Amino acid sequence: MNKAITVLVSVDSSSILMGSRHYKNYLISLVSRYNLDSVVEILETGSFGRYDRGVLMMLLPDSVVYAMTSEKDVELFVTEQLLKGRRVDKLIVKDFEPAGAIETTVVSEEMRVVLKNAGRMNPRDIEEYIAREGYQALGKALGTKPEEVIAEIRKSNLRGRGGAGFPTGLKWEFTSRTEAPEKYVICNADEGEPGTFKDRLIMEGDPHLVIEGMAIAAYAVGASRGYVYIRGEYYESVDNLRTAIRQAYEYGLLGENILGTQFSFDLSVRLGAGAYICGEETALIESIEGKSGRPRLRPPYPPVKGVHQLPTVVNNVETFGCVPHIVNRGADWFLSIGTDSSPGTKVYSLCGNLVKRGIVEVPMGTTTADLIYSFGGGIAGGRTLKMIQTGGAAGTFIKPDEISFPLDFDSMRNHNVSLGSGVILAIDDTHCAVDIGLNLMEFFAHESCGKCTPCREGTRMIIHLLGQISKGKGTPDMIDHLYNISSTMEDASFCGLGQSVCVPLGSLLDRFRSEIEDHIGAEACPLEVCKFEKPAKQKARRW
Amino acid sequence: MMLTKEDVTKTVHDIYERVREKSFEEGDMLINALHAIQDHYGNYIPLEAAETLKELTGLPLSKIYGVMTFYTMFSNKPRGKYVIRFCKSLPCHVRRGRSVIEALKGKLGIGFTETTEDRLFTLEESSCLGLCGVSPVMMINDEAYGNLTPERVEEIVDAIVTRERSDEE
Repeated sequence: MNKAITVLVSVDSSSILMGSRHYKNYLISLVSRYNLDSVVEILETGSFGRYDRGVLMMLLPDSVVYAMTSEKDVELFVTEQLLKGRRVDKLIVKDFEPAGAIETTVVSEEMRVVLKNAGRMNPRDIEEYIAREGYQALGKALGTKPEEVIAEIRKSNLRGRGGAGFPTGLKWEFTSRTEAPEKYVICNADEGEPGTFKDRLIMEGDPHLVIEGMAIAAYAVGASRGYVYIRGEYYESVDNLRTAIRQAYEYGLLGENILGTQFSFDLSVRLGAGAYICGEETALIESIEGKSGRPRLRPPYPPVKGVHQLPTVVNNVETFGCVPHIVNRGADWFLSIGTDSSPGTKVYSLCGNLVKRGIVEVPMGTTTADLIYSFGGGIAGGRTLKMIQTGGAAGTFIKPDEISFPLDFDSMRNHNVSLGSGVILAIDDTHCAVDIGLNLMEFFAHESCGKCTPCREGTRMIIHLLGQISKGKGTPDMIDHLYNISSTMEDASFCGLGQSVCVPLGSLLDRFRSEIEDHIGAEACPLEVCKFEKPAKQKARRW
Repeated sequence: MMLTKEDVTKTVHDIYERVREKSFEEGDMLINALHAIQDHYGNYIPLEAAETLKELTGLPLSKIYGVMTFYTMFSNKPRGKYVIRFCKSLPCHVRRGRSVIEALKGKLGIGFTETTEDRLFTLEESSCLGLCGVSPVMMINDEAYGNLTPERVEEIVDAIVTRERSDEE
């Protein structure tokens, strides 16, 4: 970057569909029309984390963020700011706090660790990553023994960011201890939990971080092959990761004898083909082997028998994203962030009826209230907050009076509020609890793989019952039936998908029971969201 | 366009070889080949292709059908030139997704899993597409559209129809 001014244009997938590619090209054409080529550099970067104002561009070295919603805005930016050096106040995002990477531990402030480079550099250029401490951690790890790497990760108490929160170091240790001719490291990038879009933005904004984390894991456990399993619909992530892998091979950071050591690691991208269940690690492994993605019986767990029955580490994108930082700065640094049980930061996906939707990275232990009001800007359209689903489709529904609890891996046990994959889905008072429940269950029914009866039939029966209630055909015994089915599914389902339905459904029934009961025997849905049919002549069939 | 068995066999052989060159290991082959075959035929996999894959991979036909029908991105029925995948998950639903779906169905004159008579559009429902910052969203083939309203989806469909008509002329 030797030109005086740099403009970073956000071209992640969400910005692209607001026109960022078009604005960037238009900006380039204007810059050359005004003969500014020699002073202004225009670069693409990943997500800035929010989408409420339009396509965001950061002006450097001033660190001022502009929002563009039309070609006129771009023209104004060029003729005023770039040509004359005058700020265009109406286009500037004033409340944009350029988060200092790895600087603060005060709750309520963004702290970018995993997202350190997203939106700050060109993700398709390995040299920019290397210039920002990239692949330093891999070099450092290769200079120590594999056991030392595992010990450091264990000490850091890094826990899986995909939702389950299993200690990463322990998983690596199990894999390392299993004797086998070959081992695998897999990055679970089959992000499908409704409301989650953090992994997409990490991969689009900083693909080398994921590769580096995986290579360190491979060295630690003694693996020489790896896969990044990405959703088939994530075209931009696939593209950026493939580019990054190719560059890493060219630079000798993947392949044979990495950095002149005995360590070799081959990495490839595998596409999913549309199946939520493939986010479950054993289903993902089946899919990697070229089969339908139906889960396996556990145990044995992947660290003992994974891909081709060989020991396999499976971690989430964000988990791998933490690894290079822990290796670089040490476990004690990581432990100093977040809460006792859950150190580090968490990337949240803020969505639903919020003013500012997007991603934000904060220390573990930040409250739902902070996420909704400090970062999400409150509820859109002047409405009132009615409920929040935390953690994704398999997460809990909570009421507004429960948003002051800190979120971490223990908040489920302590407050019945799940962290899951870090979704904060705010729902305003125009929505009906029955309708929300029905929509949610349609998702689970659609994504149930059909392997086991409790999940396949249970989701169908729940939809039937909620459907009857939403049509005005509900009977008082139905709520008990819903509880029964959900607890049967929890006990008897084969994998996490069916077992976890009780979390959202149970929390909805517990916390919004009176609203659901108000549908039964009533003339109409209290909020007139559900469309009641004419009352049935005969009594509704009993289950 | 009528496909002859000979054409399909030859095409699938070629695609399979191409996929093999780029492939990491044997396990990759089937799903990667299905992606490539579907891209080639434009939104679907002809049944004849599965028979050819059976010979190439040595896998039983039942397994190939099983994989083809398990994953929602694959289809063994011809779909429209533009496959519209509309997200039905909660983050889109609570941003008035339902009214947009109704507008889209009305505009196209079809429901989910149906194809318009001119074979231009197929409408499918999708689970979360991971673009919740700009919901409601849909994808048309590999392109995403966000912050949708009933008016906007009609404009988007109109723009495609206009483009297609001018291409014909």
